[in-house]
Amino acid sequence: MESLMMEFINFYLIPGLALGSVYALGAIGISMIFGILRFAHFAHGDVMTLGAYGTLTAVWMSGLHPLLALPAGIAFAILAALAVDKVFYKPLRDLPTIYTVIASFGVALIFRSLVQLIWGTQNEVFIRGVQKPIVLFDLIRVSVLHLESIAVIVLAAIALHYFLTRTRTGRSMRAVSDNPELARVAGLDTEKVVRSTWIIGASLAAIAGVLSGLDTNIHPNLGWNLILPMFAAAILGGIGKPMGALLGGMVIGLIEELSSYTWFTDEPLINPGYKTATAFLIMVILLIFRPQGLLKGRLF
Amino acid sequence: MDPVGLFFYLVAFLIFGGIYAILCLALNVQWGYGGLFNAGIAGFFAVGAYTSALLTAAPAQTHLGGYELPVPVGILAAAVTAGLTGWAVAKICIRLKSDYLAMASIGIAEILRMVIVNEDWLTNGSLGITNIPRPFDGFVQGRAADILFLLVVWAVVIIVYLICNRLYDSPWGRTLRAVRDNEDAARAVGKDVDAFRLQTFVIGAALMGVAGALSAHYFRFLSPEATEPLLITFLVWVMLMAGGSGNNKGAIVGALSVWAIWSMTEIFANRLPAEFATRSSYIRMLLIGLLLQFVLQRYRSGLLPERSPGNAFDKDTDKTNG
Repeated sequence: MESLMMEFINFYLIPGLALGSVYALGAIGISMIFGILRFAHFAHGDVMTLGAYGTLTAVWMSGLHPLLALPAGIAFAILAALAVDKVFYKPLRDLPTIYTVIASFGVALIFRSLVQLIWGTQNEVFIRGVQKPIVLFDLIRVSVLHLESIAVIVLAAIALHYFLTRTRTGRSMRAVSDNPELARVAGLDTEKVVRSTWIIGASLAAIAGVLSGLDTNIHPNLGWNLILPMFAAAILGGIGKPMGALLGGMVIGLIEELSSYTWFTDEPLINPGYKTATAFLIMVILLIFRPQGLLKGRLF
Repeated sequence: MDPVGLFFYLVAFLIFGGIYAILCLALNVQWGYGGLFNAGIAGFFAVGAYTSALLTAAPAQTHLGGYELPVPVGILAAAVTAGLTGWAVAKICIRLKSDYLAMASIGIAEILRMVIVNEDWLTNGSLGITNIPRPFDGFVQGRAADILFLLVVWAVVIIVYLICNRLYDSPWGRTLRAVRDNEDAARAVGKDVDAFRLQTFVIGAALMGVAGALSAHYFRFLSPEATEPLLITFLVWVMLMAGGSGNNKGAIVGALSVWAIWSMTEIFANRLPAEFATRSSYIRMLLIGLLLQFVLQRYRSGLLPERSPGNAFDKDTDKTNG
């Protein structure tokens, strides 16, 4: 019995939390962009990809550990996000948001093809070889990476909470997200808020991209393949609620991993081939029955 | 390139251009008339392609069916199943606003693709379905068959075009544009907004199924790779935006011109040195992505912008004022 329990923790629960952290980090950005700029940013996954490749290049050049080379990837992702906002999204801001959504599909494609052109399409890894798991109390075997992911998400949650409640920029961001007209009347600098949104969203996306790359490998479709679960997480948490997105990401990650656990019979509950479909399904069900999500997000 | 080779290259270009034209007309019904953001075109395309393939292919152990039915039956059935899928999708998420509809439709299309890859008994998974016939297979052999198929495809394009035009000018089409441009006003005059949207979505989805069926018959082979969202969903969106949403001629012109850009970059890429040639398809993606941005920034109404039929009141007001 005990070993079954441990198997559940080691092979389903902890990987679920690690996957959840990746989704959560991506979903926070999606939720904030949706809340403040009012559009679904379909290129967010590809911002993650850029962050991962930026970090990879820094690792190649410096030989540092990927988590230490992360700032380079973050800077790269921020620059890319600010550039496309300025060139492609900003001129469309006064039109119906659907045009910006279409533009973001195009940006996703541009980012992906640039990655394929510059870095090629082969799979890359940050660290070669198999890493030994850490064994705790003779029972729990955790891979270092999963521990790192969980540590990163805890740090990110604390930092984000501090930023959103204690700093002036963070508060302005929440104000614009909750009521843009009132925020403008109150004299908040909307452009500055937009810029901070991109900076935070892209930074977290880059971290998520690197964590995901550490877990498996780095390839040009890394981020695009994660975009739907991240949207699901953002909606689950409530659009415009960063902490909600964080929670939503963890929940979606856990459900995805736990859905193929042998819950009732010896067979997995859901064929692992359909693992990612569970996230899409949750998203579709949420959109129909509770589009405001868990934390009462905004509806547009 | 010899003239004969060039001629058949043109035939192949126009066959697939025609299939894209149908997809573009279908998307125009959903987006151009109804303002519905369907980001799951590849899903309906796949449903149509697999329906027609399974009904018309030779019997095989590896997948369901192989009923050897006539091709037109397969194509009609493709329209029906894709339409029914569209009905189910629309029933679920037609009330959603644009961004949410985009997410839901992409999600559902991805689930459909997963079913196609995972359910081997139905579709033979990634190995695909072979021996899919073309219409009039008995009459002609060899390359002449391509010319015949070209005629079939463009006959379908013309039929679809006429249907779409008729829909646009009909009272139904007018109501739909009213719903698109001002939902509240349409509701206020008593139109059932959701019902109109549902009908639009179903018609568009059925036409996408027809396009899928034609592509399966053209290649005589069907695997999940043929339903790659990048080549179906994304390219069709660029085509419609470039051609002019709301305008059926624009949809066809957009499909052909973007397809021409896509195909010509391929010829150009084949002449590049080998190390660039392997990466050329990414240059194409980049170009298409940039083209979409250019259209969005400069030519939002496309090559042939929508032209609403003038309404009778204009002249009257002129008279009273003048």
